[in-house]
Amino acid sequence: MTPRPTALIAEDEPLLAAALQSELAQVWPELVVLPIAGDGLSAVSQALQSQPDVLFFDIRMPGLSGLEAAAELADAWPAPGPGHKAFPALVFVTAYEQYAVQAFEAQAMDYLLKPVQTARLEKTVSKLKLSLTQRAWPAIHFEDTLSQLRNLLAATPKLLPASEWLKTINVSVGQHTRLLAVADIAYFEATDKYVRVLSGPHDYLIRTPLKDLLPQLDPQIFWQIHRGTVVNTTFIDHASHDDQGKLHLSLRGRPERLAVSRLYAHRFKAM
Amino acid sequence: MSLPSSFSLGLVAPLIPATERRALATRLLVVWALAFVIGLINWTYRLSMNESAKLVVALVYSYAISTSIWLFTDVARFAFRRLLHTSAPSYWPPAGRAVLMLFVGIPLGYALGTLLGDAYSGHSTWALIDTDYKQFAGLLLSALVISLAFVAYFYQRGHAEELKRQVSQSQLMLLQSQLEPHMLFNTLANLRALITTDPKRAQAMLDHLVAYLRATLGASRQTQHALQNEFDRVRDYLEIMSVRMGPRLRYSLDLPEALATVQVPTLLLQPLVENALLHGLEPKVEGGHISVSARLLNQQLMLQVQDTGCGLAEDNAPRSGFGLAQVRERLATHYGAGAQFKLANTPPMGTSALITIFLNPTPPP
Repeated sequence: MTPRPTALIAEDEPLLAAALQSELAQVWPELVVLPIAGDGLSAVSQALQSQPDVLFFDIRMPGLSGLEAAAELADAWPAPGPGHKAFPALVFVTAYEQYAVQAFEAQAMDYLLKPVQTARLEKTVSKLKLSLTQRAWPAIHFEDTLSQLRNLLAATPKLLPASEWLKTINVSVGQHTRLLAVADIAYFEATDKYVRVLSGPHDYLIRTPLKDLLPQLDPQIFWQIHRGTVVNTTFIDHASHDDQGKLHLSLRGRPERLAVSRLYAHRFKAM
Repeated sequence: MSLPSSFSLGLVAPLIPATERRALATRLLVVWALAFVIGLINWTYRLSMNESAKLVVALVYSYAISTSIWLFTDVARFAFRRLLHTSAPSYWPPAGRAVLMLFVGIPLGYALGTLLGDAYSGHSTWALIDTDYKQFAGLLLSALVISLAFVAYFYQRGHAEELKRQVSQSQLMLLQSQLEPHMLFNTLANLRALITTDPKRAQAMLDHLVAYLRATLGASRQTQHALQNEFDRVRDYLEIMSVRMGPRLRYSLDLPEALATVQVPTLLLQPLVENALLHGLEPKVEGGHISVSARLLNQQLMLQVQDTGCGLAEDNAPRSGFGLAQVRERLATHYGAGAQFKLANTPPMGTSALITIFLNPTPPP
């Protein structure tokens, strides 16, 4: 007997989470729905712990958005092997088609519009059942998921024209404002409330969020390599894998090594 | 693809912006209609002076001159956008360059039109400079006056249309910001869930939604209402949101009875409450508290929206451009210098949006 499929719902609005759960009980009685995650971060940790077969992620959630949570999860998901399941099938739930989600309907992931209609949910469920039985090539499925997540995440910020890219980053040092040349900045790193700017031997804090900064930087030079890290490629010395297969960057003139998310690892494959 | 049509389009298309072509053609028709009248007047005047005059000749002059002046002014302001510094949406050059355009364009148009008329009639108007200087000057002056009258008329009309467009644009933006699809569809999804599990609560939520929608859709018709109404609308919104967010949202409303009838601009507080929720509480995993209060202090009405959310990057930082800009703009139009708006972080967490309105018509020193 095969074990019953499991699902994790991540949704910050309690009534909607309960409604989805009860509708799923109607159209897919065998499915076991795990306790509901109310925000992006707990969705990631719960999914890592319970390794469900299906994820229903609301896109707009406090903390991490559904897309960011899925990316985080893809990064932390253990390599398939004994005792580890393949990466779950993803279904995004959203109230409004902010992303061109329709493009992904036929792909490795699905989407549902709120209010979720029963007929549409049935269609999603039959697709999910099919994909669970066809998990013969989990590696291919995972690569598909990664590239689609990458596209969805990249679709959000709009890159500004080259004339509006930043030449300097203004940081305040005590009573002064210092203008750092963008070319001298090794990388940006998001912390809880600020963004760290690493330039030369120094370390500054700015308040502009990374997602607002990114569209103002030259995309040929500044690459996002993680949710919270944007690196200046001219500072990269080499990329290497550690024992767990995770990719890290070593920088010229800096001792620390930067972790590369699986989502962005494709940029460092040899040509 | 037919070559001639694409060729002619290629000539005209980049010259005149697509949105302006219709209005430009309409103005030409108006000019032509009046050119007929002017030609007719000219002809009867000549006859009354016992001069030999043909109607066709008078009309040819009138049409040639008016059309070329139209070309050198109305079409020229699109053709020489760079030189004249004209740009969307009005395509009207700044004052100095507008004068330049008229004083170059009108004589040029007059000269070309006269040349065309001369070519048709076979006699030279320019000869009048020597033979009858006064008549020549009279013709030139009347052309100048008529053209300026046209320009003034079209300028006024264009200006009025531009104003109308701006007003409806800002109304549309107000409506869009209130009827945000995320808010609407999520609320409907919650209603759908409640209908089966808790019909009583579904009904209550629907009532709040109806009141919210009615106020939002009617906000453009009414400019002022009582503070009590404003607080009721805020309550509708917060009630809807607290059904949606569950225990993550707590709120309190405090309106002293003495202030209930004070008149305020409609939905003045709404964008502030929405901002507090959208940027303050929604991104915060544990949620928080929103308090909306009104109080009177030294003849100053203080309206405050406070949240315990994640705060601003900087005090007075533009958070959601339109909402705050709209509050400032509406305060300025209603009270001029008699009202203030402040947005600030409230340590240790959250933000406070404070509107101060001097109820005395003149602000205290």
